[in-house]
Amino acid sequence: MRKKLDTTLPLNDLMEKEYSILNLGPTHPATHGIFQNVLRMDGEIIHDAVPTLGYIHRAFEKLAERRPYAQITPITDRLNYCSSPINNMGWHMTVEKLIKAEIPKRAEYMRVIVMELSRIADHIICNTIIGQDTGGTTGFLYLFQWREHIYDIFESICGARLTTNICRIGGFEREWNQNTWDKINVFIKDFPKALNEFNTLLMRNKIFMDRTINCGPISSKMALEYSFTGPNLRAAGIDYDVRVASPYSSYQDFDFKIPIGTSGDTYDRFTVRDEEMKQSLSIISQAIKNMPSGKVHADIPDFFLPPKHEVYNNMEALIYHFKIVMGETDVPKGEIYHCVEGGNGELGFYLISDGGRTPFRLHFRRPCFIYYQAYPEMIKGALLSDAIITMSSMNVIAGELDA
Amino acid sequence: MEDLLNKISLKLNTKFLNAVISSELLYDFPVFTINSANIHEVIRFLKEDEELNFHFLTDLTGAQTADEKQLSVIYHLHNMPKNWRVRVKTYFDVNVPEIPTATDLWPGANWMERETFDFYGVRFIGHPNLKRILNVDEMDIFPLRKEYPLEDQTREDKDDKMFGR
Repeated sequence: MRKKLDTTLPLNDLMEKEYSILNLGPTHPATHGIFQNVLRMDGEIIHDAVPTLGYIHRAFEKLAERRPYAQITPITDRLNYCSSPINNMGWHMTVEKLIKAEIPKRAEYMRVIVMELSRIADHIICNTIIGQDTGGTTGFLYLFQWREHIYDIFESICGARLTTNICRIGGFEREWNQNTWDKINVFIKDFPKALNEFNTLLMRNKIFMDRTINCGPISSKMALEYSFTGPNLRAAGIDYDVRVASPYSSYQDFDFKIPIGTSGDTYDRFTVRDEEMKQSLSIISQAIKNMPSGKVHADIPDFFLPPKHEVYNNMEALIYHFKIVMGETDVPKGEIYHCVEGGNGELGFYLISDGGRTPFRLHFRRPCFIYYQAYPEMIKGALLSDAIITMSSMNVIAGELDA
Repeated sequence: MEDLLNKISLKLNTKFLNAVISSELLYDFPVFTINSANIHEVIRFLKEDEELNFHFLTDLTGAQTADEKQLSVIYHLHNMPKNWRVRVKTYFDVNVPEIPTATDLWPGANWMERETFDFYGVRFIGHPNLKRILNVDEMDIFPLRKEYPLEDQTREDKDDKMFGR
């Protein structure tokens, strides 16, 4: 635990010092992505930081204005690419809300399983990288096997691993095969053991605790003023979770707890994520246990592709197939905001439709773009090495930051 | 939702004369359109009123109207303890895109306003550091405005007429 430097010293005292300017990034192995921070340093103590953004800006909001609704899903993959299925589902649910589609319970439960798996994958990356940055490489390599396992599950569902484009507007394109279910069962059976082993490496480790406790803290008041959401807000002690506050995709059916921290420092963010992984596992087992039977997609021929054998043998199915693939389906006029609990906060979709084939305006509320602006405030007076682990523990993802 | 809409519009109409242009329920959201001259005091009131207590700025973004003559700024506010959400919009002329900043109410509005300036050219009066954030500093257009189409419409090497583009 180290004291924060008093930056309220009289100006004269400060004037005598000579500061050095340090460029941290844009391509630095410790920043895990394309982040640049211009730091004003007094020796090894940070006085001020100015983040530079936009290195991988890809104009998603402009692109989305020319794409039919189904073709926007691949764009959402590339926002927070550590948990792309959540982004995909969020977008599907936004469109389903706009067209007022009713999704069968079975599809919703299957979506919950996929979303919770990808939340675990997201938290694995974040927590193991905190370990890596504090000097514990073992846990990083060990738990990444399980991230691989999750990606294997995604692969057997949809064929892709990282940028998944999973699911469709209206539901899943087919039932999952037995192989997928077997893999999920293996995961929920064996992952808790691996997670416990990982935690014994770090959770009560003296070196890890010394490095992370009181490092990059944020008070609950400041976190709210900076519009924090997700694990970072919960680590500061606010129990806000979109899954509970405005349940989507049948989250109200599940019994789970929202872990919160107290001081909002790196250690709290680590422990909150750790507990969330355990809660996610519990949600997945509940979903498997109570899985309803029935169809896996809604009955909306305007948006959901018909089965291939019907396309080849049936005139109507062929017409619908052509209309959907060419993106010629009009949607109703409307203006909606839909949010889901992403891996790092409230991921919102603000959509204005003028009734055409593409959105008139689509805005992504990207959680880490909003909370990353508190980063200079959080590292003022800290050491350079603390700034690095503060950034990894905030789970800032370059793709989502720059859109 | 209907109750919330009525409650807020009653409060706004008694507090501010002629500030509320329209109030409606769009899907699950109460939506208020506010005169751009009053927008700052209205969101300040929504934030600081004890009962309404919209203390959390979920999102701030811009948009343009279909006739390209007006820009809008859209605020999504949230009252977490009661789980109320509200959308507040304000429209202004595209040639005089100026509204007061919300950074004095929420420091988190800083980058959201910079992003809106970057893409729509909305000048937030009183913003501490209003410059481009995602695009390069040398850019001299505001790319999300509808007058800048995504592809060059005069190109002849791409013929998509068949599919209604």
